[in-house]
Amino acid sequence: MSNIVFQNVSRTFQRDNKDFVALQDINLTVEDKEFVAIVGPSGCGKTTCMRMAAGLEFPTEGRVNVSGEVVKAPGPERAVVFQQFALFPWKTVHENIEFGLRAKGLSSGERKEIIGHYIRLMNLDGAENAYPNQLSGGMQQRVAIARAYSLDPNVLLMDEPFGALDAQTRVVMQEELVRLARVNPRTVLFITHAVDEAVYLADRVVVMTSRPGRIKEIINIKPIREAEGWDAHSKIEDVMDLSSFVHLRTHIWKSLRDEHDAMAMH
Amino acid sequence: MLQSRRTLSPTRHAMLSLGGAVTFFGIWYLAAYAQLAPPQFLPVPHEVLEKLVALMNTPFSGYTLQEHLLASLERFGMGFGLAVIIGIPLGLMMGWFRVLDEIISPLFNGLRFVPPIAWVPFAALWFGTGIGGPVLVIFTGAFPPCLINAYRGARYVDTNLIEAARTLGLSNTRIIAQVLFRAAMPSIVAGLRVSAGLAWMSLIGAELIVASSGIGYLLVKGQSALDASIVMAGMFAIGVVGVLIDIALRVFAKLLAAPSAA
Repeated sequence: MSNIVFQNVSRTFQRDNKDFVALQDINLTVEDKEFVAIVGPSGCGKTTCMRMAAGLEFPTEGRVNVSGEVVKAPGPERAVVFQQFALFPWKTVHENIEFGLRAKGLSSGERKEIIGHYIRLMNLDGAENAYPNQLSGGMQQRVAIARAYSLDPNVLLMDEPFGALDAQTRVVMQEELVRLARVNPRTVLFITHAVDEAVYLADRVVVMTSRPGRIKEIINIKPIREAEGWDAHSKIEDVMDLSSFVHLRTHIWKSLRDEHDAMAMH
Repeated sequence: MLQSRRTLSPTRHAMLSLGGAVTFFGIWYLAAYAQLAPPQFLPVPHEVLEKLVALMNTPFSGYTLQEHLLASLERFGMGFGLAVIIGIPLGLMMGWFRVLDEIISPLFNGLRFVPPIAWVPFAALWFGTGIGGPVLVIFTGAFPPCLINAYRGARYVDTNLIEAARTLGLSNTRIIAQVLFRAAMPSIVAGLRVSAGLAWMSLIGAELIVASSGIGYLLVKGQSALDASIVMAGMFAIGVVGVLIDIALRVFAKLLAAPSAA
């Protein structure tokens, strides 16, 4: 049973001797094997949410539990995929994936098997011995996703993983991630500012307000996706054409737009 | 102005280098033949070369030129090696642990403006003419670039990489040894070149005073013998060895950079 629970979480920063509330009263539970996407205007603290689940930052008030334990430090049971890939440039694809497995203390045979599995799963065949700078952005992010999955984490945390990719590559990666989520369902917290992406990938979409970041609404996508048979379409553009998809996207878009306008008024 | 820095063809490059050297030696010959200074103070270039060959074949002040150089290189190796072994890990740790940075930085910044040559009398008091003296002086010259470059390299490592390493479950020790050190490598290698140059230069200063062998000692003895050709041959040897050390480190840096360069 692996879930992520935000309980009355607030996060305050000090800036110029003034308190600056980044997040306020966040209550959210990502259930076991559920894919939750958080969308929000920039600076709303959505990345901070992910970083608190990762153990890279800590709440000022409240607590963040993962699989029933308070998050105290980063660890391989909570794998992170970063926007800027964060691959080690001096390591090959193979070595990048292997790095965390070594730290886990797996034998070389076990490592080889796991790496081979994820190289195939992420279509990285032939790139095992390439260095990150020899790969396109899309390929680099495949490596980062393979690295995260290979640790067999309880939860996966993704911080705008496709934000640095071009539009075409992004679409391919989104489809891959949906495919991966079916083969290998995980508890996922996914941060993005792209509404399409959130609706396409997530079981639930959390919309956040601008400063201070609060949860504005949570939209349950999964029942609609199942009722409308989105999964029967393998291509993202076919799903995006469905009126149920368009309806959800427009709803979230308006919700975000209100936040953007509210911020502009300040 | 950019125009004047444009790249030159190899032939043009070679001709200009040669032209510089020809002019330099031409002026030297002219000055020597015009007797601008007495011959024992300003020998002609080929006399210096002859002296260089002679010093390689017959011992002067106890040793041949190669033996003097070898004695110097041994001290250089010890002082430089010590600076590398202490300076690089310490610099990395200071970049990683803020407390260590706060403790050491003020002390270090005060001490590093004491030039290596100023350590010579102190080294002489402590070690006499033993090997410790020159090694200490070389160390004071070689240590700052090692420490500073490792520290800077560690401080400017992409925080994404550190965070990635932490989320992969790597321990602090592993992160310092396998991420911080590796990511700081370009800065460290640049520091090694500066450090080796300073070490070699400090060494000569040390040997001028506290040694009974070595290339610096040879210079002092040449001076006592009022033989400028010995002094100049020695200076030439110092320059050549310095260049060789730098080339060796450049090759070393290339080898290190090779795997991820392509």
